[in-house]
Amino acid sequence: MNLAIRDIRYHLGRFILTSIGLGLLLGVVISMGGIYRGLIADALAILHANKADIWVVQQNTNGPFAESSRIPEDIKYRIRLVPGVAEASPLSFQTIQIERYGKPFRFFLIGYELNSSGGPPEIVAGRDIRQKHYEMVAAQAMGMAIGEKIHLGLHDYTIVGLTGKIVSSSGDPVAYVSLADAQDIQFKKDNDAIRNDRERIGANLATIQSLSPAQGKYLQQNITAITESTHTVNTIVVRLAPGANLHEVQERISRWNHFKPLSDAEQTAILAKGMIEKARMQLGLFRIILLVISAVIISLIIYTSTLDKIKVIATLKLIGAQNRVIVAMILQQSLLMGIIAYGIGYLLILLTYEKFPRRIVLEPFDLQMLFVIVVAICMISSFVGIRKALTVEPAEALGG
Amino acid sequence: MDKSMYAIEVDNLTKIYGKGETTVTAIADATFQVKPGELVAILGPSGSGKTTLLTAIGLINEPTHGKVVIDGAVVADEGWTPGFDLKRMRREKLGFIFQAHNLIPFLSAIENVMVALEINHLSRSEAKSRAIELLTSLNLGHRLNNFPSALSGGEAQRVAIARALANKPKVILADEPTAALDTENGKNVMALLKKLAVENHSAILVVTHDHRMVEGFDRIFQVSDGRITGES
Ligand SMILES: Nc1ncnc2c1ncn2[C@@H]1O[C@H](COP(=O)(O)OP(=O)(O)OP(=O)(O)O)[C@@H](O)[C@H]1O
Ligand SMILES: [Mg+2]
Repeated sequence: MNLAIRDIRYHLGRFILTSIGLGLLLGVVISMGGIYRGLIADALAILHANKADIWVVQQNTNGPFAESSRIPEDIKYRIRLVPGVAEASPLSFQTIQIERYGKPFRFFLIGYELNSSGGPPEIVAGRDIRQKHYEMVAAQAMGMAIGEKIHLGLHDYTIVGLTGKIVSSSGDPVAYVSLADAQDIQFKKDNDAIRNDRERIGANLATIQSLSPAQGKYLQQNITAITESTHTVNTIVVRLAPGANLHEVQERISRWNHFKPLSDAEQTAILAKGMIEKARMQLGLFRIILLVISAVIISLIIYTSTLDKIKVIATLKLIGAQNRVIVAMILQQSLLMGIIAYGIGYLLILLTYEKFPRRIVLEPFDLQMLFVIVVAICMISSFVGIRKALTVEPAEALGG
Repeated sequence: MDKSMYAIEVDNLTKIYGKGETTVTAIADATFQVKPGELVAILGPSGSGKTTLLTAIGLINEPTHGKVVIDGAVVADEGWTPGFDLKRMRREKLGFIFQAHNLIPFLSAIENVMVALEINHLSRSEAKSRAIELLTSLNLGHRLNNFPSALSGGEAQRVAIARALANKPKVILADEPTAALDTENGKNVMALLKKLAVENHSAILVVTHDHRMVEGFDRIFQVSDGRITGES
């Protein structure tokens, strides 16, 4: 006969309530693990979508995600000439927050060269961008419909297609436009600013007596061209030809001295270790605290339920029950409570994780580890109760 | 002395509670023997040491001096540590019945009896049929699945008796088994114990302070201030 289950059945309401409470706690622990995995998945989503071999970024930076990186777009021509390079695609990244229907609307805008890599990883509705201007592909998470328009910078952009679940490393949904559009949105000044700039340059040049009018005009054209140029990108992603040597290509590019060629592995390490490390430690700390709280709660519950059962335990000893009968009763209750609470927590997260604002990724390994930890906690927590039970004297069964 | 001659032998049993100036001599120099099948009552006023005597015999309470032998095996002696498992002794040789019935509240009547059998290594089905048999013989066949809280005082006490008898112990120790019962139920319980002493050939030691309950007992010990002052 299983005494643990008999006791639980007799106090079913209490047992279920405590298990649910504990289950909620374990649900939070599970979700925190999921949030951490989600952070990694989010951080690496753009990386994975690009399938690049090398990320060429500004010298001495760990861009373009962890640090800002600006390089001239036209370096792509030079990179394409490096032996072993199959493709070099300039990309522009920017986080945009605008007001939409009275609410802040935040997303991550990627500009890419049409017909080259770096664009949307998949199109789930509508179509890819076909025109060089004013078309946009948005992640489903942005909640925009095909045909909707959004005003950015100086122009309206029309949603022509939807892509899947891609997000930026900070979890914002991603939208794609052509590189030229992205550069316009990022760098193009409005007409007033352009007019002001031109007037100021003209006035400054006019004060230089030694310039002939022809020279002045030539200079002004050149200066305004530079100030109005938008041909800057954040990175150029490189795909290698089959059989090309990654290190050789990296070596070639770094010899130019102005750029840093980060391999995909290095970029992954920067994102995973650098950007997520703090979040990982934070979440890890919370998980440990919550597990300690769970352990304390389980200990207390088991201890008080042992105190409640002193008379029963004394009676069992009186009729000659072996210690293992008593230890098993306490340990089984503790384990059962832990396992049921784990089940409740898991179920809770399973039913709700898609509704979390940030991505939750449930890794079987994490879940199995947590299960093992919960079982261990239950065993350790029942120790105080068991120790109490073993010191109970059979004589304690006597008193009224 | 023949090993099987006595179920209980008590020799110069003394129990002193406490230390220093606040010691209480609960039992002083008790010496007696009980044969298998004998029904013995211990009568005495409150505080006279009846429970102490019973618990010392029942291996619950280590005596200060003296010797206790159960079914030929020494279970307590001065400066002596048992060379065997006292729990096993309790399981196999002793049955306890108390004033408060001491049933396990989360087990039904039948389970309360079965638990004593199962810890004594009976299979579940054996335990079940023996429990049903016992409870039915105690007129509880219709209350098998009730929890103790749903049993009357007399019913609960009969379940406790069934549990005490479950493993056919050589010695049954009952401490005021009728105290919580009305006279009629009390008399029924006593009659039952008497019947069992005869049928199972068990030695039964019953503590009581109610003179009306002891008719038909083989022997009656009078206890006062820790001493057995008389036997009738
Ligand atoms: N654990 C203990 N520690 C100290 N003194 C005790 C202890 N148990 C009993 N005593 C004392 O020993 C004496 C005998 O107690 P005991 O319980 O054996 O009496 P009793 O005859 O069973 O009384 P009652 O009829 O009230 O149950 C009493 O004076 C009691 O106060
Ligand atoms: Mg007493």
